[in-house]
Amino acid sequence: MDLYGWMQLALFLGLLLLVTRPMGVYLYRVLDPEGKTFLDPVLKPVERLIYRLMRVDPRSEQDWKRYAVSLLMFSLVGTVFTYAVLRLQHLLQLNPQRVGPVSEHLAFNTAVSFVSNTNWQSYGGESTMSYLSQMVALAFHNFVSAASGIAVAAALVRGIARHTAKTVGNFLVDLVRATLYLLLPLCLLYALFLVSQGMIQNFKPYETARLVEPTAEKTQIIVQGPMASQVAIKMLGTNGGGYTNANAAHPYENPTPLTNFLQIFSIFLIPSGLTYYLGKMVKNRKHGWSVWGAMAVLFLAGVLLCWWAEGAGNPRLHALGVDPAGGNMEGKEVRFGIFASALFATVTTDASCGAVNSMHDSFTPLGGLVPLLNMHLGEVVFGGVGTGLYGMLVFVILTVFLAGLMVGRTPEYLGKKIDSYDVKVSAIAVLLLIFDIMVFTAWAVVSDWGLAGRSNAGPHGFSEILYAFSSATANNGSAFAGLTANTWWYNTTLAFAMLIGRFFFIVPVLALAGNMAKKKVVPESGGSFPVSGVTFVLLLVGTVLIVGVLSFFPAISLGPIVEHFLMVRSNAIF
Amino acid sequence: MAAKKHSLFEPEILRQAAAASFSKLHPRSLMKNPVMFVTEAGAFLTTVSLFFRPADEPLGFGLQVAIWLWFTVLFANFAEAMAEGRGKAQADALRKTRTRTMANRVREDGSLEKVSAESLRKDDVVIVSAGETIPGDGTVIFGVASVDESAITGESAPVIREAGGDRSAVTGGTRVLSDRIKVAITANPGESFLDRMIQLVEGAQRQKTPNEIALTILLSALTIIFLVVVMTLKFFGIYSGVSFSVTVLVALLVCLIPTTIGGLLSAIGIAGIDRLVQKNVLAMSGRAVEAAGDVNVLLLDKTGTITLGDRQATEFLPAKGVGVEELADAAQLASLADETPEGRSIVVLAKRFGLRGRNLAEMPNARFIAFSAQTRMSGVDVDGRKVRKGAADAVRNFAGGRFPPEVEDAITRVSFQGGTPLVVADSARILGTVYLKDIVKGGLSDRFERFRAMGIRTVMITGDNPLTAAAIAREAGVDDFLAEATPTDKLALIRKEQASGYLVAMTGDGTNDAPALAQADVGVAMNTGTQAAKEAGNMVDLDSNPTKLIEIVEIGKQMLMTRGALTTFSIANDVAKYFAILPAMLIGAFPVIGPLNIMRLGSPQSAILSAVIFNALIIVALIPLALRGVHFRPLGAGALLRRNLLIYGLGGVLLPFPGIKIIDVAVNLFHLA
Repeated sequence: MDLYGWMQLALFLGLLLLVTRPMGVYLYRVLDPEGKTFLDPVLKPVERLIYRLMRVDPRSEQDWKRYAVSLLMFSLVGTVFTYAVLRLQHLLQLNPQRVGPVSEHLAFNTAVSFVSNTNWQSYGGESTMSYLSQMVALAFHNFVSAASGIAVAAALVRGIARHTAKTVGNFLVDLVRATLYLLLPLCLLYALFLVSQGMIQNFKPYETARLVEPTAEKTQIIVQGPMASQVAIKMLGTNGGGYTNANAAHPYENPTPLTNFLQIFSIFLIPSGLTYYLGKMVKNRKHGWSVWGAMAVLFLAGVLLCWWAEGAGNPRLHALGVDPAGGNMEGKEVRFGIFASALFATVTTDASCGAVNSMHDSFTPLGGLVPLLNMHLGEVVFGGVGTGLYGMLVFVILTVFLAGLMVGRTPEYLGKKIDSYDVKVSAIAVLLLIFDIMVFTAWAVVSDWGLAGRSNAGPHGFSEILYAFSSATANNGSAFAGLTANTWWYNTTLAFAMLIGRFFFIVPVLALAGNMAKKKVVPESGGSFPVSGVTFVLLLVGTVLIVGVLSFFPAISLGPIVEHFLMVRSNAIF
Repeated sequence: MAAKKHSLFEPEILRQAAAASFSKLHPRSLMKNPVMFVTEAGAFLTTVSLFFRPADEPLGFGLQVAIWLWFTVLFANFAEAMAEGRGKAQADALRKTRTRTMANRVREDGSLEKVSAESLRKDDVVIVSAGETIPGDGTVIFGVASVDESAITGESAPVIREAGGDRSAVTGGTRVLSDRIKVAITANPGESFLDRMIQLVEGAQRQKTPNEIALTILLSALTIIFLVVVMTLKFFGIYSGVSFSVTVLVALLVCLIPTTIGGLLSAIGIAGIDRLVQKNVLAMSGRAVEAAGDVNVLLLDKTGTITLGDRQATEFLPAKGVGVEELADAAQLASLADETPEGRSIVVLAKRFGLRGRNLAEMPNARFIAFSAQTRMSGVDVDGRKVRKGAADAVRNFAGGRFPPEVEDAITRVSFQGGTPLVVADSARILGTVYLKDIVKGGLSDRFERFRAMGIRTVMITGDNPLTAAAIAREAGVDDFLAEATPTDKLALIRKEQASGYLVAMTGDGTNDAPALAQADVGVAMNTGTQAAKEAGNMVDLDSNPTKLIEIVEIGKQMLMTRGALTTFSIANDVAKYFAILPAMLIGAFPVIGPLNIMRLGSPQSAILSAVIFNALIIVALIPLALRGVHFRPLGAGALLRRNLLIYGLGGVLLPFPGIKIIDVAVNLFHLA
C-alpha cells in the first residue's frame, strides 16, 4: 500500500466530491421536463421532434403502474430487436470480418444482458459481433438501459419528494431527456478525449501485423472498429460490456494511465451526482450528502481490503522465491499495477459496471471477495446509474423502519410514515435478489452443466459459479473470468438471473415510488428520525452490511473464505 | 382494582402462563407468528430426524438440539402467556365489579319488572335506588344521585351523577348511595367499554396494529431469506463434499431467524395496554396506544391540567384614598355568600389583614346575594350598604359609571399577568381590585421542555381572554394556546393540525367535547364525563386526571421503542451466532478454518448446541424487558437513536459472544456434547 496508491485514492475521492454537486444540479434540470439546460438551443427541437414521432405528451405524467408498463414494454421491444439483429448480423451491413449469426441462446443471453444494463458477455466481442451489432444492438442499449435506470431513480426520488400525488413522472420523457441532454453530450466529449489518448474509432477490417519476435506464430490479428464511441457509454452508463474480450485491459480499450483513471472515475460520475439530486429534490441536502457519505465509507472499506489483499500477495508463491513486494500480479496489466487494478475492480462492482482492467479470477481469495461482496450488497455503493440510488433508497427505507421504532415513533422517512406496504415491496425487492443468486448457484453447483463450466475445482470453482450468478443478478456483467459460460445452460440460466435481477427489482421500486408519492408529509420536528449525520451514515452502512453479510456469509465461507485459509494455512491444491 | 400493580413474577400468573405455553403449541395458534411457526416446524423436523440421523451424529446431540428448539417455542409462548396472564389478572379484577345484579326495568306502560342485568339491551330504561348497583353503562335521564365509583376508580369519595349536563354518565358495577335515578342503558351486554377492555387485555380481541403488521412482514421476509440461505447451503455443502445433517441445518436456521423479537412481539403489545391499565387508563385498541406514541400535538385543557383547578386571591389593590384593610373588609363581606373556591380564597386572604372570620349567622338582617354565572357578582346588602364583588364589567354596570384610572390600570395589569381581576364596590364607590391568580402546577414547564425535545408541541386550551391566556401560557411554558375556546374552535384546531400532517391528542369530558374527541387521533375521555364523550374517545381515564395524557404519550412511545430495540437486538445477535455455528459446520471438511472459531468453542457439536441454548434463553432473559418496556427517556430523536443503537445494536452484536462462550464452557464441563 504505497504512497502513490494513497495519492491516487485521495485524488479520486477528492475529484468525486468536487463533481457531485455540479453533476447533481445538472441532473436536477435534465430530470425536470420543464428544466432548462444550456443545450436547449440545440437539443430542444430534437426533443420535441422525438415526442411528436412517439406521440408523447411531455406534460402528461404516469402513475407508477403505467410508468412500469412503459418501461417493461420498452425493454421487451429492445430485447426482441437486439435478438433479431444478432441473429441476422451476417445478412446485414457493416460486417467486414464476415462473422456468422450469433447462436440462439447466446443471442438471447446477450439481448437480455444489454437491455438489463448488465453487459454480461458470454462471448468475445471481436470474434462474435459485427460492427453493426456492436453499434446498433449493443451501444444503443448501453444508452437506453442506462437512461432507464436513471428514469427509475428519478421516479422514486419524485415519489419521496412529492406528497399526496398520484403520478411519478413520464417514463418516455425521462428516458429521452436523460439520453439526449445527459448521456449523448457527455459521451461525445468523452469519446473525443479517448480518441485523443490513442483509442481507435474506425470501420476498418482487422489488421494483420507481423510479430517482431516471431514464435510459432508469425502474425497477429489486431482488432479494429468503432471502439471509443462504445467505451465512453460503457463506462459512463455503468454498462461495462467490453468492445474486446480483454475489456479495459486491452491496450486499445485503455491506452494510457489517464484513460485508466478517467474510466474508473466516469463509472461513479452520474451515480455520485444522483445523491445530490436526491438531496436537492427532497429539500434536504444533508440527507443527500449522508447517502453519499455512506456510499463513500463502503467504497473505502472495499478498496482498502482489496488493495491490501492484492498487495500482500500469495504466501505460497513467496515460499517459492517470488518477491513479496510485487504483490499478486497474476491476471493484472503490468501497466496498471496493484492499486489501479484493485481500484478498478472495487469501483466496477460497487457500481453495476462490470468493465474490468484485470482478471478477478486471479485475485487473491480476499481480494476477489471484495467484488463478490460488493455485488451481494446489491451494488449500492454509488452503484449503477440510477440503480445504485434506488437500490440504496430501498436500504434507507429498511434502515429507517428497523431503527426508526427506537426513537419511539412509527418510523418516518422525510416526514412520511413507513407503512406495511413500503416494507413489503422493499423486502420483496431485496428477497428476490438474494433468491436469484442463491437458488441458481445451488442448482449450478450440483448439476453437470454447472460444474462443466469451471476452470478450477474446489472452493475457487465454487466462487466462479457464485460470481457468475451474482454478477448476472446484480446486473454487473463482470466475470470471474474462469467460467466458460457460452453454453445453452449457462446462457439461459444467466439470462433469467439478469431478467429477475433487473425487472423484479424495478417493479417493487416503482411500487414504492407510487406509494410514497401518495402520502401526506408530517413536518419535521425534534422527534423526527434523523436522516443525516454521522449516526445515520453508520446506521445505513450497518444495515447494508448486515443484510448482505448475513445472507451471503455461508456461501462466501465455502468460497473465498475457505480458499483464503487454504492458501495461508495449508498446501492443499484442487 | 385497576390501580393494583401486579409484580412481574406473581406465582399464580407464572403457573397459568407455563400451562398456556403448551396449549399454544398448536400450529394453528402459531400460524399468526411466522417466525415461531418456522421454529416449531424446525423443532418437529429435528425430532423426527432423530430416527434418521447420520451415523456420525450422536443421539444425545440431536436430542438436546431438538429439546432446546422446543423450548425456544415454549419460551416464546410463555412470554405471550405472561403478558396475557397479567392482562387477565386485570380483567378478572374488572369483572368482579359486575356481579350478577338484578335491574328494575321500566316497561313501556311505566310499570317496573325485575330482570337480570345481562338481559338488558341498549335503550332499556332502569330505575336504580339507593343501595343498588347500576346494572350497566348508561346515561342518567332523570334525577340526581351520589354514586360510589370506587369499584372502577379506586377513589372512595362518592360522586354526583345527574341528568343533563356533563355528569350524566354512569358505569355498570358502581353503586348508588343516595336518591334514585332513571338510567338509559347505552350498551348491549358484552359491548360496554369494560367488556371491550377485558377482551383487549386478555388478548382474545387483540388485532395487530399497523406497525406490528409491518414489522411482522419484515420478520417474515428475514425468515424466508434465511430459509433459502440454509436450504441452498445444503447444496453448497454437496459441492464442497460436506454433508450437513438436518439437525445442524435446522439449528442454524433457528439461530438466524429473528426468534427473539418474533417470540416477544405480541407480549410487547399486550404489555403496553397493560401498562396503561395500571395507570387506570382503558385503551379501546392497541392502535390507540401506538398512535399515542406518534402524537405531535397535545391539546391540554388549562384548568386541571396546567393550572390547579381553582384560582386563588393573592393580593388586594385598593383604589386611591382607600385603605387596604377597608378593601379587604368589603371584599370579605361580599364573598361570604360566594361558595366558589375563588370566593373562599378571598375570605382566607382577608384574614391576613387582621379581620376575623365572620359567618352568616352574625348578620341576621343582611341579605346575601350569591354568585351566579349570569350576574357574575356576589355581595351583601347590609345596613343600607350594597357591597359587591365581581367581574370588572359586571361591577361597572352595577356601580353605574367609570372606574378611577388607577383601578383601570390595576385591572389591565392583573389581566396581563395572567390573573383575573375582581372589582369590589360599595354602592357607587369603587374600593379596589382583588387579584385572583391561576396557580400553574409545578414542574410542568420542565416536562413541556422535554416534550419539545421529542418534537411534541403543547397547546393550551382555555376559555380565558387572550391576554390572560398568553400570560399563563408563558408561565407554564406551553408552545401555543387557544383562548376563548369553544368546542367548535377546538374541533377546527384539531382539523387544522391534522391537515398539516400532525397527530393530535386531547382530553375531554363534556358532551360538546365529543366531536373533538372523535376527531383527535388520541382522545382521552374522563370517566366523570358523559357517555357521549366516552364513546367518542379511544381511551378512558378512570381517574379523570387530564395530566395523564402526558403519561399516555410516554407509554405509547415506550412500547414502540421496546419493539424497535428488541428487533435491532435480535438481528444484531446473528453475527455472533454465525461465528459459533458456521466454523463448527465447516471445520470437519476444512480444518484450516480453525481461526474463524474466534470464541474458541470446545467442539463443533458443543458450539452448535451452545448457540441454540443461547438463542432460547435470551427470550426468557428478555421477558421482563418486553413486559416493562425499555427505559424511557424524553430525549430528541437523534439522542434516543444514538443511545438505543449503542445499547441494543452494538450490545446485540457483542453480548452473544461471551454468552455463547459461557454456555459452551458449561456444556463441555458437563459433557453434554
